[in-house]
Amino acid sequence: MPELMQFLLSGATVGAVYALVALGFTIVYNASNVVNFAQGEFVMLGGMITVFAFQAGLPLPLAVLIAILAAAVIGVGFNKLTIEVARGAPVVSLIIITVGASIFIQGVAQVVFDKQLHRFPSFSGDDPIRILGATILPQSLWVIVGAIVVFIGLWAFFTRTLVGRAVLATSNNRIAAQLVGINTTFIMAFSFGLSAAIGALAGVLITPITLTSYQVGISLALKGFAAAMLGGMGNPMGALVGGILLGLLESLTAGYISSQYKDAVAFIVILTVLFAFPQGLFGRSSMERV
Amino acid sequence: MRLSKQATLLVLAALIVVAPIFFPSGYYFRVGSLLFVNSLAVVGVVILTGYAGQISLGHAGFAAIGAYACALAPVHLHVHPSIAAIIGAVLSAVVAYLVGRPILRLKGYYLAVASLGFGILVSMVLANEIAITGGPDGIKVPELGLRAVLADWGLELTNAQFWYAFSGLVLLVGSWLALNLYNSPTGRALRGLHESEIAARTVGVDVAQAKLVAFMISAVYASVSGSLLALQNRLITPDIAGYMHSIEIVTMAVLGGVGSVLGAIFGASILTLLPQLLTVFQEYEQVMLGLVMMLAMIFMPRGLLPSIVGLVRGRGE
Amino acid sequence: MSLLAVEGLGISFGELHAVRNVGFSMKPGEIVSVIGPNGAGKTTLFNMISGIYLPKSGTVHLGGEDVTGMSPHLLARRGLSRTFQNLQIFQAMTVLENVMVGYHLHERGPVIADLLGLSSSRRRSHEAEEKARMLLERVGLVRAAEKEAGSLSYGALKRLEIARALALKPKVLLLDEPAAGCNAVETEEIDHLIAELAADGIAILLVEHDMKMVMRISNHIVVLDFGEKIAEGDPATVSRNPRVIQAYLGTQAAEVTYAVG
Repeated sequence: MPELMQFLLSGATVGAVYALVALGFTIVYNASNVVNFAQGEFVMLGGMITVFAFQAGLPLPLAVLIAILAAAVIGVGFNKLTIEVARGAPVVSLIIITVGASIFIQGVAQVVFDKQLHRFPSFSGDDPIRILGATILPQSLWVIVGAIVVFIGLWAFFTRTLVGRAVLATSNNRIAAQLVGINTTFIMAFSFGLSAAIGALAGVLITPITLTSYQVGISLALKGFAAAMLGGMGNPMGALVGGILLGLLESLTAGYISSQYKDAVAFIVILTVLFAFPQGLFGRSSMERV
Repeated sequence: MRLSKQATLLVLAALIVVAPIFFPSGYYFRVGSLLFVNSLAVVGVVILTGYAGQISLGHAGFAAIGAYACALAPVHLHVHPSIAAIIGAVLSAVVAYLVGRPILRLKGYYLAVASLGFGILVSMVLANEIAITGGPDGIKVPELGLRAVLADWGLELTNAQFWYAFSGLVLLVGSWLALNLYNSPTGRALRGLHESEIAARTVGVDVAQAKLVAFMISAVYASVSGSLLALQNRLITPDIAGYMHSIEIVTMAVLGGVGSVLGAIFGASILTLLPQLLTVFQEYEQVMLGLVMMLAMIFMPRGLLPSIVGLVRGRGE
Repeated sequence: MSLLAVEGLGISFGELHAVRNVGFSMKPGEIVSVIGPNGAGKTTLFNMISGIYLPKSGTVHLGGEDVTGMSPHLLARRGLSRTFQNLQIFQAMTVLENVMVGYHLHERGPVIADLLGLSSSRRRSHEAEEKARMLLERVGLVRAAEKEAGSLSYGALKRLEIARALALKPKVLLLDEPAAGCNAVETEEIDHLIAELAADGIAILLVEHDMKMVMRISNHIVVLDFGEKIAEGDPATVSRNPRVIQAYLGTQAAEVTYAVG
């Protein structure tokens, strides 16, 4: 029993990170119908920039702030320089562009930073907290609470603010949104910046537990996508639930089946979802216009 | 402009035969055969992406199946390495069928991610099942033995020369098949669904099945390319299944022009030769690859070769 | 017995009932037109009949068989073919190849033969090519056969789509605004072509805004408004129907009366 509890707690922790990545996917997908394969790289950048800013002597909170802002700026720049220029390109081209961006950011990180594993201190120390016979690190609580806070913040943003509603309007019908005076170019840039910042935050929160290096992005992108798909692409609630669910599945697989193949869970989830419920758990069906 | 099938094959054959005259050293036979091996996988991408408009970010997984088949089948099934390569190709087609059936029903992004996941899964198995695959250190591959047969017939080739000629020959055969397909009923159906799935369906094309066929064929190309690499290197490591290898294959194809066999081979040539010529390309491999992918897709979505041809013709007119 | 029978067909997108309880039937060689103001649900009806949308209610029978919601490629095998309001052309392929894809069901064969370029595969291609050229001749595009389809004018692409749809040798042909964007001469050509096809025994379901053409060639007209059938009958009856005139209030109403005279 304590064993199961332990798996659940660690699953919820990684799951919260997947949920954040999935939320990032969701925001960009809703604004632009683009699945940004570079999403995982923002998680990496969040962790790596914090590490190096902190090592350079900056206080940790400031380093975190810099990392998140830098990621947001890179996200906006990436949209401006590539996605905006290539608007209207076929899906295959967009996939190659965003994968290219992911490889490029990885390559630059490898040159600018290094190829080592890094971490910085946990926010609230490393003394485990006991829950029902299992233990959880204070940092895990930061991660889980962080994901929930981001989710609630996004929900409030999308339903209560003008900009948030403009993003929703743009995702529903881009041309109609333009007609009622919404600056959809700004909405796109904003969405890329926001999702990059959320990705970076995920990287910041998890790095003290799992460590980071230049190449953690791609598998996070895969898992974030699997989570987003599990919940139904484009649905923020689905992203949250999908992320946590994937984290739990992975953790239980590692605990009871094989720790070597825990990374295969995401792939199996993708295949199963595609087979059993093509629209995801919370998705709506969509139709092609002809 | 599109060269006819015969012209394309002739140009390709001429380049393969003539190139060695300009080789500064025997080492370039090795570079050449590497280029042909890459090109073969890339021609498979032409069928999947250029003809049918579908994408795979996991084709290195199929290359790995072909490669490890050559290492494992001779030991465990006691078959000749050439038979092992065929077993690998068949296995790749079967796996492509099983993976492709669920994922090809949906649009581009799902295929990209699922194929990416497939590639990662294969490299995971190769690295973890040490007892069978030798793990990250890799595994030895037996000698193909064809060079000895040729020597018996009086045709003495160095190892590098043999693999240059053999890979070049396989590439020619692969290109011939892909070019046959282009102007065949199947090829037209694939190119049609690429442009409008809905129109293709209304004229009776079973789109799901057609995509699956393209996916399986291109998987076999990747598999054979992996087998060739394994047989000439005599050692294979899980790197062959790596994500970067999948990306390289796709990048080569889109850089040169994924719509045509010659364009794709041109792209493979650039990305195989540049790292040999420019050390900066080796040091910053990922940066360069990423840049090439983004720039090519944004500024030359049809690829380098069609763009160059367009420029030259524009000037001529 | 009717060749195509549509009964109680309906679909909704969210709260909106795009089409509700529409039914009609057609016999071989008959030309049936679906008319109605913009947004009346004509194209949606087409999309349900041709298997692109899954209807929420109702049935479609083709040659007596229930084909409701059947995939388009299976409908194609049963002899149902269509064109599109906003063209679905294979732009990067040649005009000839576009029509050859239309012959897919006749020219397809083992993939392995296509890969190896066997004579059987080349023969299938060759036959399709000859027939495709004949069809291009029929729609007046044979001179453009080797051109990239994307380079053709709008009117020519409309005819190319008809040629591609005809390649199936359909029993039922759905034409979605075949004359839209065509000049008077082209419209008349399409007009003749449709009449010829009907004379060959093909049942033609037509959506068209050119009222003169509709009134001239239709045997039967179905009028939709806000997704519901408000009238049907022969052209003369329909054009005198007060509900139809009301739905068409404005310029088009004048056109309807004018066309019938």
